[in-house]
Amino acid sequence: MNLEELKKIREKAQKDVELRQKQARIRIVVGMGTSGIAAGARDVLKTLLEEIGRRNLTDVIVTQTGEKGLASQEPLVEVYEEGKPLVVYGNMNQERAKRVVVEHVVNGNPVTEFALEVM
Amino acid sequence: MMDEIASHIIDIVANSVSAKATHISVDITQNTEKNLLTLRIKDNGVGMDETTKQKVLDPFYTTKKGKKVGLGIPLLKGTAETTNGTFCLSSITGQGTEIFATFDLSHPDLPPLGNIRDTILVLVVGNPDTDFCFCIKADAKEFTLDTKEIKNLLDGVPINHPEVITFLTKCIDENM
Repeated sequence: MNLEELKKIREKAQKDVELRQKQARIRIVVGMGTSGIAAGARDVLKTLLEEIGRRNLTDVIVTQTGEKGLASQEPLVEVYEEGKPLVVYGNMNQERAKRVVVEHVVNGNPVTEFALEVM
Repeated sequence: MMDEIASHIIDIVANSVSAKATHISVDITQNTEKNLLTLRIKDNGVGMDETTKQKVLDPFYTTKKGKKVGLGIPLLKGTAETTNGTFCLSSITGQGTEIFATFDLSHPDLPPLGNIRDTILVLVVGNPDTDFCFCIKADAKEFTLDTKEIKNLLDGVPINHPEVITFLTKCIDENM
């Protein structure tokens, strides 16, 4: 492990950490229960991380949770945004994950095509 | 059966996280000479009492609300036993749970190990409040990643910060 590189990242990142810790603008939660994993949730989560990293969206966090009781619609992704309705996406795959980042997270337009619920 | 051993790992670790574990260690050892693959997942979560320990091997038992089945542990046990391996679960209430499984490395029904790099990343980033220690041994080669150590060095910068994720990806790629 290159510790010097990690220290540089720390110094650079500490500037936006304060803002990020106060309140992430968007929180994306991926269902990683047994059925979600079997349906490809890991690749969906990885794609979300790649797309967010590519755009350096430091105010967006991605976490995982267990099963949501909608096994037939897995992988499920929930997008929480302050002051806006929660959007639940179903039958996610890597392509859909990219679209959620571009259309919903970046441009603010939920992808109604595969949104299961808006609440 | 899961399509990869890595998928089993994600699934079992999810149980540890649900059991409020703050530290989870994942050891994978591949020994070609002994024709053996071993997997050990150990957590410091709430643990299980004797009754629960017996029940978790039943696929129709779950502690989670809104679910009728709990397949994670039975599926891993099934994969281990299908490949002439063994499965052992030990747990102490208030101390944590340890799962140890072995697999016959050359068994035709053994699923591939899968994408371990992405598995590590997804677990570390998806559970930023949990400390992980991964130890991956493949014959003479060994790779260890201790997120507690990394978090200490980051001094408040979250482990799920995009630049840290890029660093971790590179670090795993270079060392595995």
